Amino acid sequence: MSEAIERHTIAVLVDNEPGILARVVGLFSGRGYNIESLTVAETDPANNLSRITLVTSGTRMIIEQIKAQLSRLVPVHGVHDLTDEGPHVERELALIKVAGTGEKRIESLRLADIFRAKVVDSTTESFIFEITGSTEKLNAFVKLMEPLGLVDVSRTGVVAIARGPRGFS
Amino acid sequence: MSTEPMQGAELLIKALVDQGVEVIFGYPGGAVLPIYDALFKQNRLRHILVRHEQAAVHAAEGYARSTGKVGCVLVTSGPGATNAVTGLTDALMDSIPIVCLTGQVPTHLIGNDAFQEADTTGITRPCTKHNYLVKDVRDLARIVHEAFYVATHGRPGPVVIDLPKDVLFASGDYTPPEAVTHKSYRPQVEPDPQRIEEAIELIRGAKRPLFYGGGGIVNSGPKAAQLFTELVRTTDAPATLTLMGLGALPASDPRFLGMVGMHGTYEANLAMHGCDVMIAVGARFDDRVTGKLSAFSPNSKKIHIDIDPSSINKNVRVDVAIVGDAGRVLEAMLAALKRRKAKPDGEAMAAWWRQIDEWRKRDCLRYRKSDDVIKPQFALERLYAAVKDRDTIITTEVGQHQMWAAQFLRFERPNRWLTSGGLGTMGYGLPAAIGAQIGNPGATVIDVAGEASILMNIQEMSTAVQYRLPVKVFVLNNEYMGMVRQWQELLHGGRYAESYTAALPDFVRLAEAFGGVGLRATKPSELDRVIAEMLRADKPCIVDVLVDKTENCFPMIPSGAAHNEMLLGPEDAGGSKKPVSEDGMVLV
Repeated sequence: MSEAIERHTIAVLVDNEPGILARVVGLFSGRGYNIESLTVAETDPANNLSRITLVTSGTRMIIEQIKAQLSRLVPVHGVHDLTDEGPHVERELALIKVAGTGEKRIESLRLADIFRAKVVDSTTESFIFEITGSTEKLNAFVKLMEPLGLVDVSRTGVVAIARGPRGFS
Repeated sequence: MSTEPMQGAELLIKALVDQGVEVIFGYPGGAVLPIYDALFKQNRLRHILVRHEQAAVHAAEGYARSTGKVGCVLVTSGPGATNAVTGLTDALMDSIPIVCLTGQVPTHLIGNDAFQEADTTGITRPCTKHNYLVKDVRDLARIVHEAFYVATHGRPGPVVIDLPKDVLFASGDYTPPEAVTHKSYRPQVEPDPQRIEEAIELIRGAKRPLFYGGGGIVNSGPKAAQLFTELVRTTDAPATLTLMGLGALPASDPRFLGMVGMHGTYEANLAMHGCDVMIAVGARFDDRVTGKLSAFSPNSKKIHIDIDPSSINKNVRVDVAIVGDAGRVLEAMLAALKRRKAKPDGEAMAAWWRQIDEWRKRDCLRYRKSDDVIKPQFALERLYAAVKDRDTIITTEVGQHQMWAAQFLRFERPNRWLTSGGLGTMGYGLPAAIGAQIGNPGATVIDVAGEASILMNIQEMSTAVQYRLPVKVFVLNNEYMGMVRQWQELLHGGRYAESYTAALPDFVRLAEAFGGVGLRATKPSELDRVIAEMLRADKPCIVDVLVDKTENCFPMIPSGAAHNEMLLGPEDAGGSKKPVSEDGMVLV
């Protein structure tokens, strides 16, 4: 089996109960696995279920371990490796604050337009941009903003869903 | 659903009784007083008062492992719960079904650093299979039933239920066990038939097969051990067992090669190294078994049967993975073998057995006999001779004595060998023996101990005396933490840092001080008499066996070495004395 490091996006459906996030995070820290990003929110209020999307990296053997370890947590209803299971859509949202005046301010607005970032707040010396897209797109936008007065970034981490008509089962 | 509301503590007792609990091991305290009050008013549940909460969990483990039932524990909040943590971790590592009830401060005080408050669910999250904090009395009965389901289904393990004091006083309705189904937890029990066929195909083509059985067989129940024995006999293949698996195959079966691993037999380890098809049943390729991973059984196809999918491909890559309960999988394999009349090649098997007989001739457990000083191995041989025709349950502490006990005592059936395998908890043996004796009043229960380990939970002598439990503590006393001393001799240039215990108590008088019987053997010639006296004692008994202070436990696979690089004892003529590598030193 390959020793190459792979990056996987994994969706986990869990009971929305206290401590569940600690169980997942504790599993990763306790066993020395990576978490690149983790997002969680209730997605099925009627059944009190939350969906965790996490991005992790490791060798194939580690990725398989991570999925097996997640699956055996008692409040976990299902684990899907979106990276393995075919095409899926990944999105991340970021709020990015850029402060400045003059030419730099105008340049940031121009670049935001190219990236289809929205201005959600502005003062005479700052903008907050809202941008949605792949992790790479957000990284590129943040990098471009750095010389233009980037002061703050808040990102959601990746959310993802499989393409096609099937739901999470 | 129910007749009339009950108080939380009463609901709890009712739920435990409905789950078949007969005995609960515990220690009272402020937060659990309502439960003790409810216990006082009934006579269906028997409470065993231990002297330390760690011992409560080990006693419950001993009870569970020797009876196949769930072990039940009741401790108070704060220090009661934190003291239980070692026992819970032990049960998690060895997959023992435990339900541990912990008291908690009232809900309105949680998070306030209240007296005897600890974040019990936070602390026990990584050392339990699952845990619960009951915030509403209406959830109490359901959670108890769920906890028993979780503890016993799939890979067994400990479950904690944290019970705030106000919830125990509040009134609520009872939920019967039948009304509870778990929302999400559905472990796979039945194997995939396709995988069974693949396994049979491998076994049929095997020239040098080896069965490698572990604690999963014991956990699955006596039926699984019978099926494992039948499978081994049907294929006439050699079989080894892990420390946790001893008893899954009768030790008297000629196909049994002895224990595998760091202190396993020469023939078992070399068979593991040299086999071409390995059938792992309920064993998890632990580092004490595999030795150096890159050199582990390099030429074998591996079949791995385990109820826990996360055990598969964790340490060792396997070729056929069968997820399921050991008993169900073995049943399916036996049926498939019989249907297809599949058997390994007879001629190749004869050659394999000839090779194994060669290895056996090495007589790896041989030790230097002495008429003056008691060799620990000899003491265990005499002990075994005296108890082999009784229904005997052996528990151990952790260290050299534990490994010698695994090598020299022989187990004909499961649930009769209780040892802390995964966590390696010194202080396990005496409380485990107490739990085993409670669950098996007619059995002879012996804790094979070292003088260092026994002091870690010696206070439980008081428990044994209180309940008139005739447990025997057979102390192999060499005045050293023997395994530490052995490693210091072999790996650290004989610098015996802190491994010698000065000022040991007089164990005979200590036993008597507790109200038990104390005996001592100082010469080999005294052993049989002392053992006979110990077996006659109708009270808790400590036998102080003064053994050779510097005897080492062999064979030994040093850290970082492979199975074919094992060290044999001084009695072995051809024994290799390979120094331990620097890489090996960093491994424990």
